Amino acid sequence: MTADQLFEALKNTQEPKGYFFNPDREHVFRLLNSLLLNKARYSYMACPCRLAANDRGWDMDILCPCIYRDPDVKEFGRCYCGLYVSADWLAGKIANQYVPERRSVDKLFRDF
Amino acid sequence: MDKQVKIYALSTCIYCQNTKAFFRQNGVSYECVDVDLLDEAEKTATLREIRKLVPSIAFPTILIGDEIVQGYKPDVLRKLLNL
Repeated sequence: MTADQLFEALKNTQEPKGYFFNPDREHVFRLLNSLLLNKARYSYMACPCRLAANDRGWDMDILCPCIYRDPDVKEFGRCYCGLYVSADWLAGKIANQYVPERRSVDKLFRDF
Repeated sequence: MDKQVKIYALSTCIYCQNTKAFFRQNGVSYECVDVDLLDEAEKTATLREIRKLVPSIAFPTILIGDEIVQGYKPDVLRKLLNL
């Protein structure tokens, strides 16, 4: 799958749910390429901005779109890695800001 | 004297890449550890190392002298590096 194909596929499924791609197209495609890289490395699309454990079951929470996207977009108007934004964020009603990590640090300290 | 700069990063993380680009563009020499590219033992040891520094682990985690910055925050970096 190419980044363009992934873009179209995700756009069609996520926009109807109210999750829009970041208008920074370069940022989006860098992320999509990182997702494809993680897919090749781990066989699943782990969030590029989080450390994957190479264990799909363990990393279910950070399979993109991660489970933290909904609360992050609700609170900050965008997700942790900036791939998805809300309509309000797009309309400039919410300032772009750093999104702190919502994932428990314990998820990083299982026995690898 | 220039402050020592170290970044704990992920090779796939855009904000980590942006931080490294920021350092290069501003002539800042830095040490980088791409944690996702380490072997498992090094990865665990490095995570413990980071956790001693800061309770919540996020990438990038950037050390500038004694200061710690998490996330790509160019304004903060400029201030800490006197740029």
